[in-house]
Amino acid sequence: MSKPKFAMYWSGSCGGCEIAVINIHEKILDVDANFDIAFWPVAMDAKVKDVEALEDEEILLCLWNGSIRNEENEHMAHLLRKKSKLLVSFGSCATEGCVPGLGNLFPVAELIDTAYTTLTTDNPDNIRPQTVTQVPEGEITIPAMKDRVHTLAQVVDVDYFMPGCPPESHQIAAVIDLVIEVLQGKAELPPKGAVIGAGHSTVCEECPRQRNVKAIKAFRRIQDVAPLDPELCILEQGVPCNGPATRSGCKARCPSVGAQCIGCYGPAEGVVDYGARLVTAFASVIDSRDPEEIEQILDGIPDPAGQFYRFNLADSLFQAGASAFKKNEV
Amino acid sequence: MERITIDPITRLEGHGKIDIFLDDKGDVANSYFQIPELRGFERFCVGRPIEEMPLLTNRICGVCPEAHHMAAVKAADAAYKVTPPRTAKLLRELLYMAFYCTDHTTHFYALGGPDFIIGPDAPVAERNILGVIHKVGMEIGGKVIQMRKFGHKVVEMIGGRKVHPAVAIPGGVTKILSEGERKEIEEMGRWAIDFAQFSLQAFNDIVLANQTYLDLIVGDIYRDETYYMGLVDENNKVNFYDGKVRVVDPEGKEFCKYAPNEYMNHLSEHVEPWTYLKFPYLKNVGWKGFTDGKDSGVYMATPLSRLNAADGMATPLAQEHYEKMYETLGGKPVHQRLAIHWARLIELLYAAERWVELVTDPDITSSDVHCKPTEIPTEGVGIVEAPRGTLTHHYWTDERGILTQVNLIVGTTNNYAPIQMSTKKAAQHLIKGGKVNEGLLNMVEMAFRAYDPCFGCATHSLPGQMPLEVRLHDQRGELMDVIKQYVD
Ligand code: SF4
Ligand code: SF4
Ligand code: SF4
Repeated sequence: MSKPKFAMYWSGSCGGCEIAVINIHEKILDVDANFDIAFWPVAMDAKVKDVEALEDEEILLCLWNGSIRNEENEHMAHLLRKKSKLLVSFGSCATEGCVPGLGNLFPVAELIDTAYTTLTTDNPDNIRPQTVTQVPEGEITIPAMKDRVHTLAQVVDVDYFMPGCPPESHQIAAVIDLVIEVLQGKAELPPKGAVIGAGHSTVCEECPRQRNVKAIKAFRRIQDVAPLDPELCILEQGVPCNGPATRSGCKARCPSVGAQCIGCYGPAEGVVDYGARLVTAFASVIDSRDPEEIEQILDGIPDPAGQFYRFNLADSLFQAGASAFKKNEV
Repeated sequence: MERITIDPITRLEGHGKIDIFLDDKGDVANSYFQIPELRGFERFCVGRPIEEMPLLTNRICGVCPEAHHMAAVKAADAAYKVTPPRTAKLLRELLYMAFYCTDHTTHFYALGGPDFIIGPDAPVAERNILGVIHKVGMEIGGKVIQMRKFGHKVVEMIGGRKVHPAVAIPGGVTKILSEGERKEIEEMGRWAIDFAQFSLQAFNDIVLANQTYLDLIVGDIYRDETYYMGLVDENNKVNFYDGKVRVVDPEGKEFCKYAPNEYMNHLSEHVEPWTYLKFPYLKNVGWKGFTDGKDSGVYMATPLSRLNAADGMATPLAQEHYEKMYETLGGKPVHQRLAIHWARLIELLYAAERWVELVTDPDITSSDVHCKPTEIPTEGVGIVEAPRGTLTHHYWTDERGILTQVNLIVGTTNNYAPIQMSTKKAAQHLIKGGKVNEGLLNMVEMAFRAYDPCFGCATHSLPGQMPLEVRLHDQRGELMDVIKQYVD
């Protein structure tokens, strides 16, 4: 009997999600033993036309990482959706746009203009990249960028979401174990739309640092307070830490080395708008009952857009609209 | 005019493709290596606080986030005019050396190595990491995995995460190393030195002892006489974390040596409308197109160029191998691109030796890991050597340290012009009179694989296979022939 088919694909991504998968080390052999790897550009050699030749839903499991940044990304998303039974939005870029989603704060023409006019750029003719160029020998093409970064779920139907930038390797290994158990009839798949490979609470719940709900009078920047107390909550030391609004699953990796959580696991369970939840959490550690004073203290956060939507902008309520609710229905 | 499109499978993800055009005689007229992707970091980082840059710019590349993390924090240090305490520098560099060991190992065994260890003419199905293990034994496969694990373990212990570490902040780091952790890291480092020596021995036995491979390395197909760039310490020895950028000319003479904040006097970036990536070149030589020689500002920034640009290695074992390489290849500088692989292994040994040096420094466990910035931030440049080339971050801020302007010249970008030239040259050697054979695919692939290019990590494939498809079109654009490699 032939093995079920596995695929992994990357679009507008940094490659870190692929490295995280390779970092499961020997476990990769389990994937190999239980699946026929049908398509995985970083690891093996099938072509897109081979995917096109597959039956619809012939791929059992497809992990998609990377956002939808250009037209090719979108084309591939539709293709792999059609050919896959289970499509997983893998990592922060696919799930919520991630850091490159901050590009949505600017028109795409401005992103290109900036890159082509930096101080070291030698561009007397004010050239911009063209989708079609006539070179002396013929015509060559590159794909057009989309007007903004989209998440995978904004362009196709997604079965599961796996947060993290990148997902931690122990979580990837756990998901692979689960799928193998399902294949062996020993476990059942979670309901469609579920978040997998992560916890159900917040990073704070996993964080060993002590919280005393000590109220703060002002926000401070990490370089102005370091060294932080190694035992106490970073937020309560006045440094904005995104733990309270962020989904658990990473074992609070960043606070474990004295750095604040920057929110890469996305909104905690049940949170519809990440930024709104974080504002509430920050407000709750402020030592004041006066709304004006609270606002003033919150103003001490130097970059609200980045602080509250660092990973989440492309999937935030005001950008994604109703689709932001989708993965929280379950 | 006929056209050949060499299509890494990644083209369809927007990661890169090559178009080769043939003239009337069927010889190569020109070739274009295109990068169809841009994410706009230089724009959207504006408005962000400077201490976030080591975290945001990590996301440029998940293969070498450590390099961006370090270049960013050094630019932030410079903007604040703050000097981190010695221990903070040691910890940053230690993390960085562990990363180098992992990254160079991956490239040699999984990506570049198979070309040599298995041989360029070996059947396609064997030219991958599994083939390597088959040829040199199961034991080595285990060692390779072990080296990658150790490297990532150290990155995680110090940096918090295996991918996208979080530890460096303006003025230092947030982590204090315990004695227990120190011991563990020292043990792994000593193992890494053995592993690196073992790898050089394998290279010696398998590659250098084989005349065919040696001929390939010293032959002309992969030779371009360009300028070479690399970071050096105060003794002009190779350094990955700190120092000045030194550039030597095609004859190996020092052309310039600059501190990070002087980079703008030396570098410019040429643009073409058919790609989203720019082509850096030496401003004081000038852009003369995709051509080599002393009059062309094209330079290379790779392991080999770092060795070419320096006077030697700062650690004893690596220095021995450095001398041996130049003796074998006929002195400095070495222009043959395939020698990049050898240089990479010498760097692996240096990184491992330096790892142990750093972790046995009595200051490494000191709690003095941060120096509070007191000056008003303005502008700063940070430079490190990424495995794939000199990495430059330049930030301008307002008085609160909020970014107002950003300029980035990233690792692989440095080599965009040389890669363009090497692939064209390989194609010219291998396509004559309209004849294209299977060998072309492999040889063209080897030309750019040597650089370990990381265009969206297109070539970081697990078994070291880059699927290629060459399509031959006649003048009316009709498909005449398709030649495939690694493609069913
Ligand atoms: S989610 Fe993070 S690690 Fe994954 S591709 Fe995006 S930026 Fe890279
Ligand atoms: S706010 Fe940050 S430091 Fe505090 S408990 Fe939560 S995750 Fe830990
Ligand atoms: S602590 Fe926060 S930023 Fe760090 S890995 Fe966990 S979720 Fe991501």
